Amino acid sequence: MPSLDDLRKRITSVKSTQKITKAMKMVAAAKLRKAQENAEKGRPYSEKMNNVILNLSKSITDKENAPKLLVGTGEEKVHLCIVLTADRGLCGGFNTNIIKKAKSYFEKIISENKTLKIITVGSKGYDQLKRQYKSYIVENISFKESKNINYFDADKVGKIIIEKFEKNEFDVCAIFYNKFKNVITQIPQEQQIVPLNEDKDDKDDSGKDNDYEFEPDEDEILSNLLPKNISTQIFKAMLENSASEQGSRMTAMDNATRNAGELVDRLTIEYNRSRQAAITKELIEIISGAESL
Amino acid sequence: MSNLFNIDIVNPEQSFLSKDNVFEVLIPAVEGEIGILKDHIPIISFLKPGIIRVFSESEEQSFYVEDGIVEFKDNTLSVLTSSIFDLKDADKNFVSESISSAEAELSKDNIDDQKRFLLNHKVEVLKSISIN
Repeated sequence: MPSLDDLRKRITSVKSTQKITKAMKMVAAAKLRKAQENAEKGRPYSEKMNNVILNLSKSITDKENAPKLLVGTGEEKVHLCIVLTADRGLCGGFNTNIIKKAKSYFEKIISENKTLKIITVGSKGYDQLKRQYKSYIVENISFKESKNINYFDADKVGKIIIEKFEKNEFDVCAIFYNKFKNVITQIPQEQQIVPLNEDKDDKDDSGKDNDYEFEPDEDEILSNLLPKNISTQIFKAMLENSASEQGSRMTAMDNATRNAGELVDRLTIEYNRSRQAAITKELIEIISGAESL
Repeated sequence: MSNLFNIDIVNPEQSFLSKDNVFEVLIPAVEGEIGILKDHIPIISFLKPGIIRVFSESEEQSFYVEDGIVEFKDNTLSVLTSSIFDLKDADKNFVSESISSAEAELSKDNIDDQKRFLLNHKVEVLKSISIN
């Protein structure tokens, strides 16, 4: 049975924790709005980019000589995985969900006897993966210093990928991130970026779109465009990720605040009960003392 | 009949410019400047460093771009670029910094002719901006 003093101390400590989680929730909510706005603003660019590439790849007739970034190296031996996570914790299952998704992919690669290479973006992912997959991690990038997600950072990652591809260091490249659905739901995603996965052509308007004029020719445009597309995809993933991170943190902190509130209620009841018990006990002592006189 | 068309300039972070009343756009495409008027045939090309000039009914705007892709289709011109700024709010320091970094790049030996050409061009354009 904890003493009255212990209980009082616990209540104050839980209350101050609750204050912190509440503040974090507010901050996350404010940041979430901004992140969501940014994600929306960035969407037209990646959509247009996709459209152009789709149109271009449709008009490429000579599939054999098409840029390798588009059609692949023809092999599938070395897989490069880019795992995008947050730099901070305390955001619920956000980081763990990405890692879980990535790990199941890693296991598949390893069991098929293919070579695995990992690049982690964001320090939390590195922390969680280094225990088990240290020998596979080839690079660990973190953008802790940059306050906002910017294209410049994404481009850096993109350049690293291109450089590795040109040196034939991998055949297939996939990125892992959380897609922002709403504040409560974030879906861990696995997306292949090299070779470019041709989307199931749901919009079948290929007939009328093929009469573009290209300057210079298709191949040259494509080989100029594809590296940019990789940076764009990474940037998109980073934007989605940051919105997801804030959403996830907001939900987690909301839960924490609620739990703390429940705990405070329970402790207060316990505190009041034991205070009452102490009073009753004292009264009984006084009364029985008076009776014995 | 009106001779106006739409232009959308987007960079990765946001939609930079969107207008529906332009009648001519000059873009610095990699194989030379292209002037685009209404009902141009569909075209895809990419940019070299240079100035985009947008002529609309009321005004003329100029933007500096470093690279990017242009697509013209159904009377909509889309420009995708990661580096663009309005000449009106050109930052002197930024411009001179870009010039010196491009010149530093030029002085390296291991660049190929195409890159050398682009860099030379970039320096030229940037210098013309800083003079104005």
